Amino acid sequence: MMGRVNRLIDWVDARLPVVDAYRRHMSEYYAPKNFNFWYYFGVLSLVVLINQLLTGIWLTMFYTPSDGFGSVAYIMNDVSWGWLIRYMHAVGASAFFAVVYIHMFRGLMYGSYKPPRELVWVFGMLIYLALMAEGFLGYVLPWGNMSYWGAQVIISLAGAIPFDVVPFISANEAKEIGDALTTWVRGDYLLSTATVNKFFALHVVAIPIVLLALVVLHILALHEVGSNNPDGVDIKANKDENGIPRDGIPFHPYYTVKDLPGVIVFLMIFAVVVFFFPDGGGYLLEKPNFEPANALKTPEHIAPVWYYGPYYAMLRATTIEFLGMSSKAWGLIAMAGAIVTLFLLPWLDRHPVRSVRYRGWLSKAFMMLFAADFLMLGWLGTEPAEAIYKTMAQFGTVYYFVYLWLILPLVHRFETSRPVPERVTGGRH
Amino acid sequence: MRKWLLVFACCLPVLALASSEQGEHLKEAPVNLEDTVSLQRGAHLFVNYCMGCHSLKYLRYNRMAADLEMPEALVQKYLNFTSEKPGEPMQNGLSHADGKAFFGKAPPDLTMETRLRSPDWVYSYLTGFYKDASRPFGYNNHVYPNVGMPNVMAGLQASMSEDEFHQAMGDLTNFLTYSAEPIRPFRERLGVYVLVFLGILFVPAYLLKKEYWKDVH
Amino acid sequence: MNKDGVNTSRRTFLIGLTSAIGAVGAVGAAVPFVQSWQPSARARNAGAPVKIDISKLDLGQRVVEEWRGQPVWVVRRTNDMLNALPKLDGTLKDPDSSVESQQPGYARNEWRSIKKEYLVLIGTCTHLGCSPKYEEQPTVDLKFGGFLCPCHGSKFDMAGRVYKDVPAPTNLVVPPHSYLSDAVIIIGSEEGETKA
Repeated sequence: MMGRVNRLIDWVDARLPVVDAYRRHMSEYYAPKNFNFWYYFGVLSLVVLINQLLTGIWLTMFYTPSDGFGSVAYIMNDVSWGWLIRYMHAVGASAFFAVVYIHMFRGLMYGSYKPPRELVWVFGMLIYLALMAEGFLGYVLPWGNMSYWGAQVIISLAGAIPFDVVPFISANEAKEIGDALTTWVRGDYLLSTATVNKFFALHVVAIPIVLLALVVLHILALHEVGSNNPDGVDIKANKDENGIPRDGIPFHPYYTVKDLPGVIVFLMIFAVVVFFFPDGGGYLLEKPNFEPANALKTPEHIAPVWYYGPYYAMLRATTIEFLGMSSKAWGLIAMAGAIVTLFLLPWLDRHPVRSVRYRGWLSKAFMMLFAADFLMLGWLGTEPAEAIYKTMAQFGTVYYFVYLWLILPLVHRFETSRPVPERVTGGRH
Repeated sequence: MRKWLLVFACCLPVLALASSEQGEHLKEAPVNLEDTVSLQRGAHLFVNYCMGCHSLKYLRYNRMAADLEMPEALVQKYLNFTSEKPGEPMQNGLSHADGKAFFGKAPPDLTMETRLRSPDWVYSYLTGFYKDASRPFGYNNHVYPNVGMPNVMAGLQASMSEDEFHQAMGDLTNFLTYSAEPIRPFRERLGVYVLVFLGILFVPAYLLKKEYWKDVH
Repeated sequence: MNKDGVNTSRRTFLIGLTSAIGAVGAVGAAVPFVQSWQPSARARNAGAPVKIDISKLDLGQRVVEEWRGQPVWVVRRTNDMLNALPKLDGTLKDPDSSVESQQPGYARNEWRSIKKEYLVLIGTCTHLGCSPKYEEQPTVDLKFGGFLCPCHGSKFDMAGRVYKDVPAPTNLVVPPHSYLSDAVIIIGSEEGETKA
């Protein structure tokens, strides 16, 4: 029996390098032995991705773009187990962003984007961008009233993106181009099933293909340069006589068996939400989405889903007009700039020390403040823009950019860092 | 890194603090999805008092019969006035245009009303009508000012004591909470099993991790 | 890394245990995905039992109703038609309705129906699914009347039994049905009377 299996593997391997791939990415991929709690979130992203693909494919079997609202109700009430598949997909979307945000925060803490891992970070950011597009498109599909008005707001924004800020184009011309663009995006003069059909195709085919390709590139780039670790120590600098990093352990079996309990704990948290709080108190499934899209009835409070909160808060917080551009245009610049800036992180962070563990206390304090700032902006984005909240959002926006463009490049000049050890610390957990 | 987590955890309540909503003095609805008798009474009230104008188009008669432990034949006889087949959705004959002409606004489908508003809102609304001669139908509502709907419960209310009426409206709210998500009781029961299973699976997985990591020094 | 003194049997045991419990979980997780392919409540409603009023049916006449996307025939047979049935036994593939999948138990008799007079059949040929033509009057092919499939010439008698030497392998299907009253047959449900 085993002989036959081995012969089959040999046969395939002579034609496709499966054994080689297994070694390179699993059994002989040497990962630092000091991964901590924060290192679960990469594999968790993969788990959620698989969940989204599976449940998404199944939802496609029952969903009808021409009757989005009715077909979601059909899935919830008429399709056997449809409710579970739908909740898993809806909660999965939020879970995806949750784990990806924590994954990104870990990169920020330990300087995982610093050379030679710049491309890993850039591919990761592209995944994040694709994910935001995917989330927006998917949010429109249930065609509830919040879907409708959320899309209305975002598409109106899209109409003003490039031309409003390009010089030499008059306001009138810009408006015409903007209107033409929104009409083109909608495929109609108002948001309609034509729009939903288009978004459906993008959501279930186009973006997922891009997403999967980017995930492959992200992992290939990572495995080319090797994983960072909480100490920011380069484990490849210290190899034994066989050329194996002394602080490295094979990904399989050590990290596969370590990730498994982590994945189970994650699934338990996921199950608690899916089975007991699928609405997430109105944050995961928003109340206005329990009535069909209605062009004549605006919900009292239009808020984006929580994961767009920070950018939405920045958009709203920008109320100044200067250099001859409207505050709306500046809001867009702030929002787009906030994302573009994250792409540039590997080049903005000029600190000689990789991990925050060995940076000075200024770095630590400013980084924590940045994380808190991001959380605060996220929360403000889902709240009405009332007086005090608006001021908070304005401060938050300013600090966001000050941290990334001023503090991160310069803070090392004002602090003394602790010496980075030769070898990683704390192997066992 | 544990201390960073702690700092993080300390930030969260501050954020949560301001998000508590300003209440509009809603009465607490007596929702109990396990109380089948209450749900049955609610179903009767809905069919007799609401369904002339409001549909429950995402709920089927036979689904309701099975979930509320009512024999299908009795549902067909006493609750289903609109269709021959027990598997049909609970719809009525009122067209959108007619509804709009009669009440200024077409009566909405109520299948998911308690998830759109909240059970408390629906309960407060149902018990919140008061006399107001300035309105076309002679009534206004505490939680829905200038409501277009007539006070269809007036007759019922007059025939009951205050407590009985509140209980009846509670039953109706309970039923509408059921209709908004018929699977809910099953979902919560299943959730417990899933968590217990994952808990069991965790044990050998954790021991396996401990076993392998003995190698790592 | 230090692999001295590894307890291999403990590792094998734990791998086996985790995999076994994990496999149970995988099967459990697959259940919703597999079961969601079953007919939904909407499809079950569309495929719900169909009532047919037979009170106005004349002798020799046939009504056609749709049930689950298939034509269902009810034929009120004449005495001539019924009397001819036993004479044909020798020319049929399955005169005694021995293939159980082709009719419910209560229709497994010499006239293949609950009440002698009323024949209830699914009107699709058991060869490749065409709908046979009803020949009320005797023809060259069907001396005592019956059903002739236009696609490949399969022949059935007035009890839906298939003749020898035609492509169709089995008798026409009698669907599950019952009598709600003398005047109403319900197709797809046995809630009514299934005895004559």
